[in-house]
Amino acid sequence: MLLFLQALLSGTLTGGVYALAGIGMSLVFGVMNISNFAHGDLMMLGMYFAYFAFTLLHIDPYVSLVLIMPTAFLFGFLMEKVFISRVIHHPHQNQILLTVGLGLIMSNTALLVFTSDPKILTTTYSSSAFNLPGGIYLSVPLVISFLITCGITAILSLFLLKTRTGMALRATSQNREAAQLMGINVAKMSGIAFGIGTALAATAGALIAPTYYIHPLAGHSFLLKAFTICVLGGLGSVAGAGVGGLIIGVVEAMSSTYISSDWKDVVVFVLFLAVLLLRPQGLFGKKGEQ
Amino acid sequence: MLNIQNLNAGYGEMPILRAINITIAQGEIVSVVGSNGAGKSTLLKAISGIIKSSGTITYNHESLHALAAHTIVKRGVVHVPEGRKIFPEMTVLENLMMGGYLHQKDRQTNLERVFTLFPKLAERRNQLGGTMSGGEQQMLAIGRGLMGNPKLLLLDEPSMGLSPLFTEVVFGAINTINSSGVTVLLVEQNVYQSLKISHRGYVIETGSIVLTGTGEELLNNKDVKKAFLGM
Ligand SMILES: Nc1ncnc2c1ncn2[C@@H]1O[C@H](COP(=O)(O)OP(=O)(O)OP(=O)(O)O)[C@@H](O)[C@H]1O
Ligand SMILES: [Mg+2]
Repeated sequence: MLLFLQALLSGTLTGGVYALAGIGMSLVFGVMNISNFAHGDLMMLGMYFAYFAFTLLHIDPYVSLVLIMPTAFLFGFLMEKVFISRVIHHPHQNQILLTVGLGLIMSNTALLVFTSDPKILTTTYSSSAFNLPGGIYLSVPLVISFLITCGITAILSLFLLKTRTGMALRATSQNREAAQLMGINVAKMSGIAFGIGTALAATAGALIAPTYYIHPLAGHSFLLKAFTICVLGGLGSVAGAGVGGLIIGVVEAMSSTYISSDWKDVVVFVLFLAVLLLRPQGLFGKKGEQ
Repeated sequence: MLNIQNLNAGYGEMPILRAINITIAQGEIVSVVGSNGAGKSTLLKAISGIIKSSGTITYNHESLHALAAHTIVKRGVVHVPEGRKIFPEMTVLENLMMGGYLHQKDRQTNLERVFTLFPKLAERRNQLGGTMSGGEQQMLAIGRGLMGNPKLLLLDEPSMGLSPLFTEVVFGAINTINSSGVTVLLVEQNVYQSLKISHRGYVIETGSIVLTGTGEELLNNKDVKKAFLGM
């Protein structure tokens, strides 16, 4: 029982960060109808950003978010303008080739520049934990990450629900042609969506940097997670992706606890396939949507 | 107000519209009627800039060709598309707000205007667009268009799939909208109803205009009677 509770709580905390990455991917998919296969590599860049901000500039990884978020937004916005916008009306296989290619360029550049040695970001609180009654302990960095995630998610939700630009993003994702007829500049919305998606990926990367090995290929397993989260939540659904992230976090923690931590990626992959086979519209999607 | 000369448009390599000439004067209701696949929706999409075209489209002495779709709306050319295309996951009110995306300041007055025209929308303001009935969605689509301060309203088959009662409501609304000073370009398969309320009309067949005249002339034309009215 104790093991179970421990896995449930730690899983939820990690899941929150995964959710952030999943929400970013889902937003891009919703607004642009593009699956971004470079999403995991963008997370990896966020990890390195936090690492170097900490080692070179002595900025705490959580504080470095104020630099990472705007930088990543701009990076994503430009990446959309220069590359992604060219394939937006093209068949999906062209879009996949492009984003896979961009991801490969990022991870291989990282290999060249940062080498394949994993880096570890050790803060003073990296290995400290909150001890809860009953013998459960929660890692301090995971708790902080989770709280930041909740804050960012709440702000993003408010932005999407209440602001003019946020509503325009939602309208574009619900019907791109109609959005255009309302006077919404859908090309600009694509740039904004990709910028936010990139910012969320990099933020998720920075948030887990203190608890993960940082290496150039770290993005690959995150891509699979982000993808599974999107599929779980129903592609394009931001709220669904939030819940999907928590589910993946808990499933991973449970499989590490009860099977073996080597198996957690396999379990996530099996879950991914199972959802695709049984409920391709996502756990919360309505039948008939795809 | 709108002058279309030698307009050609299509999808990819496939030409659909050939050498279309249409003029619309301020204050008119003009209908374009024709059978399925004749190119009516393509014509409206070319005007509103959703698809590319060649030829000239002049609106109040300005060429619309160089402009992006979202800029054309700004000029007051508002397109209510075929099949309503409302935002399904937004409430009725949010849908209307999106219609007023470019006109935040006039939102309140426009909203009252829409609610007076379609009281049903006021009742259902918090319902999700996607859960409205077909007829209600059509009212919402027209209402959403009105939120964009149209000077020229392009309506694509507003009576499609509507019961006779809803059809009456929609055609009545078009008349009301027109008498408030909005010029209307109406695309319809309900040929009788639309020609009856139109000042002028065009008949389009496989991408070309084959006949034009006042609404009444077309209603009495024997080819129109035979082809569309089953007489
Ligand atoms: N996106 C598209 N890609 C390729 N061809 C298209 C596309 N949209 C329409 N067409 C073709 O263009 C032709 C004209 O279509 P359009 O939608 O303009 O007809 P319509 O007169 O509006 O017909 P309806 O009364 O059935 O709505 C049709 O042959 C149609 O198949
Ligand atoms: Mg049509």
